[in-house]
Amino acid sequence: MENLKTKYNRRSFLKSSALAGGGLMLSASWFASAKAAEKIDALNLPEHWNELTAYIKITPDNVVKILCPNPEFGQNVMTSLPMIIAEELDVDWKNVVVEMGPHDNLKLGPQFTGGSNSVRMYWKPLREAGAAARQMLREAAAQTWSLPLGEITTKAGVLYHPGTKMSGKYGDFAEKAATMPVPKDIKLKEARDFSIVRKSKKNVEGQKIVTGKPLFGLDYRADGMLIAMIQHPPAFGMKLKSFDAAETLKMPGIKDVFSLKLYEDGFEQGGFDTRTFNDLLVTVGKTTWEVMNARKKLQVQWEPIGDTKETMAGRSGKQEVVIPAGLESTTTQMEKMQEYAQKPAQQLRKDGDPEAAFRNAAVVIERTYTAPFLAHNCMEPMNFFADVTPERAVVAGPLQAPGWAEPTLSKLLNLPPEKIEIQMTRMGGGFGRRAYPQFMYEAALISQKMKSPIKLIYSREDDMTYGIYRPMYTATYRAALDANKNLIGFHVNGGGIPENPVHANRFPAGAVDNYLAEGWQIPSNITIGAFRAPRSNFNAAAEQSFLDEVAEAMGKDPIEMRLELLERAAKNPVGKNNDYDAARYAGVLKLVRDKSGWNGGKDGKYSRGVAAYFCHNSYAAHVVDMVTRNGEPYVERVFSAVDCGVVVNPDAAVNMVQGAVVDGIGNAFYGGLVHKDGAVQQTNFDKYRLIRNQEAPKSIEVHFVQNDLDPTGLGEPPFPPVFGAVANALYKTTGKRHYQQPFKSESASS
Amino acid sequence: MAKYTLKINGKPRQIDVDPATPMLWVLRDHLDMPGTKYGCGIAQCGACTVHLNGTAVRSCQLPVSAVGNEEITTIEGLSDNGDHPVQKAWLEHDVAQCGYCQTGQIMTAAALLKINPTPTDEDIEAGMSGNICRCGTYLRIREAVKTAAKN
Repeated sequence: MENLKTKYNRRSFLKSSALAGGGLMLSASWFASAKAAEKIDALNLPEHWNELTAYIKITPDNVVKILCPNPEFGQNVMTSLPMIIAEELDVDWKNVVVEMGPHDNLKLGPQFTGGSNSVRMYWKPLREAGAAARQMLREAAAQTWSLPLGEITTKAGVLYHPGTKMSGKYGDFAEKAATMPVPKDIKLKEARDFSIVRKSKKNVEGQKIVTGKPLFGLDYRADGMLIAMIQHPPAFGMKLKSFDAAETLKMPGIKDVFSLKLYEDGFEQGGFDTRTFNDLLVTVGKTTWEVMNARKKLQVQWEPIGDTKETMAGRSGKQEVVIPAGLESTTTQMEKMQEYAQKPAQQLRKDGDPEAAFRNAAVVIERTYTAPFLAHNCMEPMNFFADVTPERAVVAGPLQAPGWAEPTLSKLLNLPPEKIEIQMTRMGGGFGRRAYPQFMYEAALISQKMKSPIKLIYSREDDMTYGIYRPMYTATYRAALDANKNLIGFHVNGGGIPENPVHANRFPAGAVDNYLAEGWQIPSNITIGAFRAPRSNFNAAAEQSFLDEVAEAMGKDPIEMRLELLERAAKNPVGKNNDYDAARYAGVLKLVRDKSGWNGGKDGKYSRGVAAYFCHNSYAAHVVDMVTRNGEPYVERVFSAVDCGVVVNPDAAVNMVQGAVVDGIGNAFYGGLVHKDGAVQQTNFDKYRLIRNQEAPKSIEVHFVQNDLDPTGLGEPPFPPVFGAVANALYKTTGKRHYQQPFKSESASS
Repeated sequence: MAKYTLKINGKPRQIDVDPATPMLWVLRDHLDMPGTKYGCGIAQCGACTVHLNGTAVRSCQLPVSAVGNEEITTIEGLSDNGDHPVQKAWLEHDVAQCGYCQTGQIMTAAALLKINPTPTDEDIEAGMSGNICRCGTYLRIREAVKTAAKN
């Protein structure tokens, strides 16, 4: 370690500390103006911290500060990741202060929130960091006491030598420990010895959340900061032609109106540098309301854009991508998908002889499913702060993957990465949307042009109509049954605008002798990206509805039918590349069957639907209990079973599964974005229906499979199967199968 | 532009703004009180909920010129130490995921309990349905309102 004592650096972090276990607020704000209003730090926030590994700092008073490496968007990593460190460090959680780390990929790892990766990718490195620091403290005590290292033990932040009854707090040895080399190959705890992990801990930012402290990007402020908003074209397929800002510039508080290009022609974009519109028409002023009003006075001419080329960084070098011209409408998109579904598709996987199986089948079941574009609708609209000067850039805001954004930002601003500081604010939701940093680049370019700190704000309408959406999908499933109603063939042909959703190597691949998976895609100028469990969120809806229908045709209970297939996949799998573990998959089905008291599709007043899915290395199953309330189908009760290995923070994990269930019901019933001549028809929450409190179930009972396996994903896996379970319960409730999402608009129109 | 003296969280606050400016932006941009959140700007999501003389209102639809002498309470002024029974219940049930909507939820819940101290489940669901939570924490919101009602 070069840096023995690290001066607490007020500039480089978000000052968002709170005692993890208690409610004490430490001085905690990046707002110069808000400092006086903050409560005085009860612990006298120390000036000096002894740094033990990049994640851990300890004061002489035995306060332990743990840096959270990953951006927080509601998955509670600011609590769960420090818990993992505290577990191996062996400290009292009550003495832990958590702070969002600086953006520093070299010291703090990938710092990426997405793909249900946070806990699973940091599980081992954070345990090692905690264990290494504990070992350094033991070394320091051993040297100070001139006793053998092997005889030094720890408990809850105190070092002991049982033989001599010597003891001392970590804080007493932290300065010396910080001089020790970071050890390697340290033994980690056995799962049975965990005392912090697996014990529910409250959200470390809970107190700040309920008191309205500035935590989010939209709350960020700096002296002299201006507000910027972008007027984007009224439709995908359009671009800026010309504008007259005379009236806008006369409005109070307005500083400037200008257009600028996001990417120059030929600019090599990174993999997540999806752009919606490239020509930005920017209004800058003093306050948000003034800018919102003034931009309404802009006189703008838009024009259709032709085919455009984008240069994307690909795995094998640069890649030219053509974005087609055109003003797309949902009706024509649907027609086009139907047309493509008839064309020969790309074969993704083939086992056995599916053609023969279908030719020889006694019964063939064929069903087609569709799902619309979805907007993420994070409650905090997209925004970013930027302060760019010729010498350096400070940007701050809600972003899931700052490390991916930095190289592009560096190129756009012509500043080396070491002159760029990215601060990670708490995010008011993400769901994949904030993995795409376009809004951060926009803010930085606007600040550079204005030579002033600015905050870019998307209005709700901007956010919804200027989005990077969940794609539109369709899939046709076919099942072949023999005369004894055995499943002898399975075929999926899926496609979408603009991507194919099919996961060819997932269940029921591996469980059926004759299997064919195919896919296709239709290029589009409507921008798409990751949305909570990408592709899976459609596949689980379609495939799990289809399997329900196949089970019915086979005369089998839907859970037993799946379990039989999974038993086959476990004992004698077809093919070699099956992604899933059939025993774990069966495990969640059995757990949800037992916990829900499953006995077929009815339970008293309830019509029941079941579905399960595997994604992000985890397994989830739901039983959804539906009733008819005021003439409408209503999910009143849900049972969920999840296998995600070790559950780090159980109560928060339950919260996340419950949230995924509510999110799934809402999107299955209501979610959907419609285009007309390229224009998004839903512009705000009056037209885009989100699930509300009285539409959420009365109870969602969550059960985790208990095992000691390393943690796998949790934020996404429970979400996709909700769609299938809702569809299957709807069938039992209404007697009608639902193939088109959103289900409620279909029932309204039929 | 016009000058106003508003009563916010028990204190007089002076501002000079366009009379049409919604209280949401007066609070956030002019008075540096960011606990009141912007979610939709059209009174659909409830993130901007404040109390006007104790009644929950959407501050995005409340022009500063309409406030007059009425008392505004924001999340910053709901309690002195973050210990209003509703805030405590929110912590007890660890309601928040992303947390963005929760100040609005808390303000709605506090106003609901003031007019209906012993709400039924249906009262809570109906009373809280103007506030969207995109993370889907509705079950915990209901439980927290019930706990707060007991205290």
